[in-house]
Parts: sequence; C-alpha cells; structure tokens
Amino acid sequence: MEKETPLYAEHVEAGARMVPFAGFLMPLQYSSIIEEHRAVREGMGMFDLSHMGELRVSGPDAAAAVDYLVTNDIAGLEPGQIRYTPMCYPDGGIVDDLLVYRFPDHLMLIVNASNIEKDLAWVRDHLRGDATVENESDATALIAVQGPRSVPFVQDHTDTDLAPIAYYHFTQGTVAGRPAVISRTGYTGEDGVELYVAPQDAAPVWETLLAAGEALGLKRVGLGARDTLRLEAGYMLYGNDIDHSTSPLEAGLGWTVKLEKDFIARDVLERQKEEGVQRRMVQLEMLDRAIPRPHFAIWQGPGDVVGSTTSGTMSPTFNRGIALGYVARGAAKAGTDVDVEVRGARHPARIVKKPLYKREAS
Amino acid sequence: MADFPDDLRYTTSDEWVRLEGDEMVSGITAYAAEQLGDIVYVKLPEAGQQIEQSEPYGEIESVKAVSDLKAPLSGEVTVVNADLDQNPAVINDDPYGQGWIFRFRPSNPGQYDSLLTAEAYEAKTKEG
Repeated sequence: MEKETPLYAEHVEAGARMVPFAGFLMPLQYSSIIEEHRAVREGMGMFDLSHMGELRVSGPDAAAAVDYLVTNDIAGLEPGQIRYTPMCYPDGGIVDDLLVYRFPDHLMLIVNASNIEKDLAWVRDHLRGDATVENESDATALIAVQGPRSVPFVQDHTDTDLAPIAYYHFTQGTVAGRPAVISRTGYTGEDGVELYVAPQDAAPVWETLLAAGEALGLKRVGLGARDTLRLEAGYMLYGNDIDHSTSPLEAGLGWTVKLEKDFIARDVLERQKEEGVQRRMVQLEMLDRAIPRPHFAIWQGPGDVVGSTTSGTMSPTFNRGIALGYVARGAAKAGTDVDVEVRGARHPARIVKKPLYKREAS
Repeated sequence: MADFPDDLRYTTSDEWVRLEGDEMVSGITAYAAEQLGDIVYVKLPEAGQQIEQSEPYGEIESVKAVSDLKAPLSGEVTVVNADLDQNPAVINDDPYGQGWIFRFRPSNPGQYDSLLTAEAYEAKTKEG
C-alpha cells in the first residue's frame, strides 16, 4: 500500500494522474508533461517532493560522523550551507546520493524516497562517535518552486530576504505565515527554492502560493516533468543512473570525492582514480527522431557495443531524444558520434558536453 | 474527459475504426491518448503495407513511454496521416478527427462486426 503525502488531496482535487513511485502515490502530471516542463523553463512551477526522506543526525560528533559516511567534505560546512554528496559502500558502489544541510546543532540528510529505510539502517550502523540518527521523513513536507520567476514570487510570501541566500545555502524563516526551511536548491536546472515545512503546514503553503501564483503563470508540476527537467540538466537519478554497481568516479562525480579526508570507500576510490575508470557517465542527444529509453545499447562504429543508456526521454526544450548512460572510456568524449539501438534499429546520436541544458547566468 | 463516439468501433488495445465507403480509417482513442500523455512521435505504416488484425503496424511514443499500434482489422494501408510526422500532438487534441493515423482497405470486412461498440469499449475503460 502506497503512502500519501500531506498534499495528496490537493493533487487529486487538481485532477492529477496519480502513480506509485518509491512507495508513495505521487502526481505524474496535472495537465501535460510538456506544458509543465515549459512552465518551469520559462516561468515557474511548483512540485510536491514530500516523498523525499529526511534523516536528522545530531550529537557532538555529528559532522565528523557524517563526514566519514560520505565522499564529499562535510566537516568543513558552515551553518546554513548545503552540500551534494554520494554515500558509498566499502566497495565504492553508491548507497545513495543526498544533500547534507548543516544546521547549527545538527545535520539533515535529504535522501531519495526509495532509499529511506536502507539509508537509515546504513547510517545507523556506520555512525562513529557520539552521534545519533532519526528518521524525520514523515514529519517533513517539501515543496519546490522552480523557474526563472520563482524567487521573486516566493519573496512576496516571506519576510526573509531571499537575495542573500546563495545557491546551495538555506535559512530558516516563514513562508505564507508558516515556519519553513528555505533552501536555494533544485533538480531542474533552474533557479528556485525548496521549502521544508511541517506536514500540517504543507496544504496551507501550497494553496497560498497557488492562489497567488496562478495568475502569474505558476503551474503545478508532476514527476513526469521533473524527470524531463533533470535529464536535460544532466542530473542523475538513483536507481536509474547510479546504484550499488556504479562508482562516483564512473558517474562523473569525481568533484564530490575528497581523497584528502578519511571516509568509507576512500581507498577503493583512490585506486580507481589512479588507474582510471573503464566506463563513464555521458549525456547524449539523438540526431534523428528516435527516443531513447533506459537499457538501450549504445554502439560505436559498425560492430561495437560501447555501453548502454540508463535514462532517456524526449526533451521538451530541444524537441529531440536525450539520454544519460555509461560508455567505455574511449567513447566518452563530447562530440563522439554513436548509435543508440531503439527496438532493434540503430539511430544516430552524439555525446554532448554535460549539461545539455544550462540556464543563462542571471 | 475521454469521449466515445457512437459511430465508431473499438479494439481492446484502444484503437478506433470508422467505416468510410469501402475503406476504413483508424487511430487511437481519446482514452488512450489521455493515458499516454503528450504524444511526441508516431512511427507510421506505409501506403501499400499489409496489416494483420491485432498485430503491430507502428509505434506511438509519448514523453514517458512507447506503445505498439495494433491493426484493428486485416487489410492493406492506402493512406497515412503524414501531418502526424510534424505534429503528433494533434492526436491528443483531436484523436477521432485530425489525429487519424491511417486509412486501409480491409481484406475481411466482417472483422468489423467483432469489434467493440462505443458502449462496450467505454465499459472496458472503466474496468481499468
């Protein structure tokens, strides 16, 4: 039986198509994936992300303990700062990718909904020193407002000055009169904010923003457009693009692997870095009308399968098929011509420089 | 909401058929279009192609997924809706009109009578 987020009734009332996702009933789309996608690229869109998991790590050694669990630098975070990081198994495979929020007296780990129980057990079993972890997922709702018009719009509903909140930073304040953690983060490739609120505050905040925003072009956005948006921006999705069988270095996340500190999988990843990985995550675009989907073979030249796709879709922005996938090291360079096998037929594609979609600097 | 015109017959795989003289026209139903969401690509059959009842003759892709298009009857394709190449989303907007997919000459017109009526098809969509 799937769980419902605190905004479930809002979605049903709006006529959303609800689908099971990671143990939750979530809105796939309200009107049209393409329309919702465009709203975020050109104006603004609002997402219910309450399915995401929140793990609170507290205690005197919390920062050091999390620092040891993940590949990126956590010990050096200042309060109000956020960091993206993989968390690895000792063999270098990925347990999950997450955001770590540094509060003055604790850390909050924002994890994928599909991994909440697994992550909770993993963190609990590997925390060192005087630190404890609690699962606050059911006590936390998450609303994202994303798009070029999102920050000025949310500014009209909070006393907190949003301008000084830099990308990957957060502050605590109120939105629509309700307490919220206001975070300058997102998964769309656009500027925007993510608002963590108590479950009972989710509907009032959602309704207030929607009532004020609809006239300004604010649209509700479901998981369908969330996927097309993140794929254009080259963001990976755990379970599709990364998992236990992939390492952060293969996934192009070398920038999150800090070998100068000690952490689980450090030695394995150091060796991988020295020896070089055999395959790499790439982003590609189709050169004809074919649309790639996960697990399609990627060919180079007449006879060599060099990899396979892990995610793929039709890109509403570029109006062609795009994908993420792994290819052999020799085929990973941007500009490399490859073929993607779509239901038995090979279609031309090209490896692109990641990310394919990058917003213009504001 | 999906509609189910009375003057059409339907397949269990969500195609519709309209009788037009000796020929028939087919497409996918409003219900199917709604389920698929934004349609972004249709792999059309070719004029002259032989089709066989219930067998795939083409493909239809939405942003999220790809599905086979299945022949509602056996026969020979006479004309395809080439506009779908440039504007596949017309199937979402007007599935029984401008969103038609192809016209064909049935080899066994009697198969038409075995297809679902609008009422039977609508009932089937409600079973889920």
